[in-house]
Amino acid sequence: MLSRTADNLFWLARYMERADFLARIVEATQRLAALPRTYSAQGAEWESALEASGAAEGFHATKRATDEANVVNYLAFAEDNPSSIRNCLEYARTNARGVRTALTVEMWDTINSAWLELQRLTVQHQAGRYDREELSRFLDFVKKAALDFDGAAYRTMLRNDAYYFERLGTYVERADNTARILDVKYHVLLPEMETVGGSLDYFQWTAILRAVSAYTAYHWVYRTSVKPWLVADLLILQREMPRSLISCYENISRVLDALARAYGRQGPAQRNARAIKARLEHATTKEIFQGGLHEFITAFVEDNARLGVEITEQYLLS
Amino acid sequence: MSGPRFFDEMSASDGAPRLVYDKIARWLDRSPPELLASRRTQAELMFRRIGITFNVYGEKESTERLIPFDIVPRVISRSEWNRLEKGLVQRVKALNLFLTDIYGPQECLRAGVVPSDLILRNPHFRPEMFGRRVPHDVYVHIAGIDLVRIDADDFYVLEDNARTPSGVSYMLENREVMMRIAPDLFAEHRVAPVENYPDHLLATLRSVAPAGAGATPEIVLLTPGQFNSAYYEHSFLADRIGIELVEGRDLIVRDDVVYMRTTQGPKRVDVIYRRIDDEFLDPLAFNPASMLGVPGLMSAYLAGNVTLANAVGTGAADDKAIYTYMPEIIRFFLGEEPLLKNVPTWRCREPDALKYVREHLGELVVKEVNGSGGYGMLVGPHATKDEIALFEAKLKENPSNYIAQPTLALSTCPASFDEGVGKRHVDLRPFVLTGSDGVRVVPGGLTRIALKEGSLVVNSSQGGGTKDTWVVDDPALG
Repeated sequence: MLSRTADNLFWLARYMERADFLARIVEATQRLAALPRTYSAQGAEWESALEASGAAEGFHATKRATDEANVVNYLAFAEDNPSSIRNCLEYARTNARGVRTALTVEMWDTINSAWLELQRLTVQHQAGRYDREELSRFLDFVKKAALDFDGAAYRTMLRNDAYYFERLGTYVERADNTARILDVKYHVLLPEMETVGGSLDYFQWTAILRAVSAYTAYHWVYRTSVKPWLVADLLILQREMPRSLISCYENISRVLDALARAYGRQGPAQRNARAIKARLEHATTKEIFQGGLHEFITAFVEDNARLGVEITEQYLLS
Repeated sequence: MSGPRFFDEMSASDGAPRLVYDKIARWLDRSPPELLASRRTQAELMFRRIGITFNVYGEKESTERLIPFDIVPRVISRSEWNRLEKGLVQRVKALNLFLTDIYGPQECLRAGVVPSDLILRNPHFRPEMFGRRVPHDVYVHIAGIDLVRIDADDFYVLEDNARTPSGVSYMLENREVMMRIAPDLFAEHRVAPVENYPDHLLATLRSVAPAGAGATPEIVLLTPGQFNSAYYEHSFLADRIGIELVEGRDLIVRDDVVYMRTTQGPKRVDVIYRRIDDEFLDPLAFNPASMLGVPGLMSAYLAGNVTLANAVGTGAADDKAIYTYMPEIIRFFLGEEPLLKNVPTWRCREPDALKYVREHLGELVVKEVNGSGGYGMLVGPHATKDEIALFEAKLKENPSNYIAQPTLALSTCPASFDEGVGKRHVDLRPFVLTGSDGVRVVPGGLTRIALKEGSLVVNSSQGGGTKDTWVVDDPALG
């Protein structure tokens, strides 16, 4: 298939996944920020949302104050933030239009309808002030759009290289996002008075779980109250958890292998994906926490980004 | 509005339905207004659903892109169509012979059939192509010939579109929609199918692959990209034919061979169905500022390593000045009388004609020789004084840029509106495919309709719509 088509599909899927992630980050942060303030006067939650979504630098360049309304606006609606939810949906649709023939009608329908709805909501947003109820409706809409798109792709695409590139985009982005959302907790430092495993710590981890729709899953898997190392275990090492890092990498490896079979050729992307997957398979939560969760995540995000570059060089630029 | 001087395709002069329209007339009679209204709504919804997949460009343009569809099919009898088809095949053959000649021996210029300066100074004449042979001597692989009907017997050719004619996707989708909203009506007629057009197109493109191509030549459709107004049609056709839809940046030329960039490395391309004008094909050969083209494409083309459909330089055959010579061109190259008539035309480059045109501006339609899309034209009987004055000035300044034709009595067809069924003027664009293995025409074509009562301008950019066009078996006599 055309490299441009593959590239468009890869990024289309990434943008849809990223839009979903940003919506979840905003929701998680709202929950964190709503926890009793008596513990902490710092209000670092919104800064952490910016850090975790990789938007801190861009945001601070705008010189706006780091408060809820400004950060939410920047992450959700800002035109000048290349990774705002709004821009993700815009880019997704532009990419989709560029590869109309590679999409199924259902996929196009989903993206196009989401985009039309976005036009309506953006107009509304600009007209009014910051409104939490409106926002939560908007975030629900975004998550629904990503879910619909994912479902449409899964249910309707032919299982050929177009599908593989679409899936690769989804899983590479999802792995990145899961890692980053775990990192939110790192940036929201516990106040000095508070102890690890204390009640604030508990609520913060719970917020993370809820953000990735894993709160119920957690209880089914561990049958115990929320503990940091188990949350990390669930989101990093549990194969049963569909958005855990290992789960993403099982999928990435499988898809890359299918691609290699179809094209009759292995490359750096396949080899590197296998290596990352092997590292995850051999990791334990004990080691991860000994070396530092944040350090582990930072290294993973870099590995994952490198795989993205390798996929691009191997297939999307020829 | 439309007085007795217009031929109505459903009801002849005495008011009784023509036999071929008998069932349509009864269908309209037995359908109460509410039913027709619900069919219109249904059709619009279907188009919007399809439309949602292609029409929405920017937020503001989105509504404009839905070209209105009228639910009353236009009917042409098989015997009428057979005559038309012969005429179309003849005309397109002549166009191809004419192009082969002007880029080759130029016999028709030496014989004085067409004035040399009309060709050599034509902005669409490509000197690069002179002395070259295109694969299988086919220049115009895809032609759209615009026809109008003026009475029970006669169709006239209004315009030959030999560059990148569009609209065929509407022909195909109108049929799909019509079959859903009026299944009964279909059951009562024997309507010639059009759905095989994409297969015909593929066969045509395959047949003209260059000699070096393998058994299954690699064919692509080259589009200017998603901001082009016909982008939907491009993606629709690529999809139906099963070929890659490429943009200029997807193609590269190495050693005069064209490749497309794929996930498995460069892949050789043999035939390019291009929907980009000549000027933008190759920045090295033509417009250096073109971002749409492929550097080196012309050189690969001239080396015979890739076929372009349509060929480069076909615009020299489809401007309105050459049009006026088509009857002579047909006689010269085929030794036959033209089967389709030309609209009588005054060439304003000729002093006598110019004089006549200037004296009769109020009755005539004046067109720019290279214009298209219904722009840059004067419809005398509907024009204001200012518009007429403007064209007087234009004619004085540059007469050879214009031709004039009598205001044609375009036929009317029934069309369904909120206010009831009314008569509206129509034209017809059949699509004619030419490969090395012959000429193919799907029965019918795209009927365009002027939705404004009394209007003669059918262009979609000027408030026109479309209709499904049925070629039906002749009704049994008696």
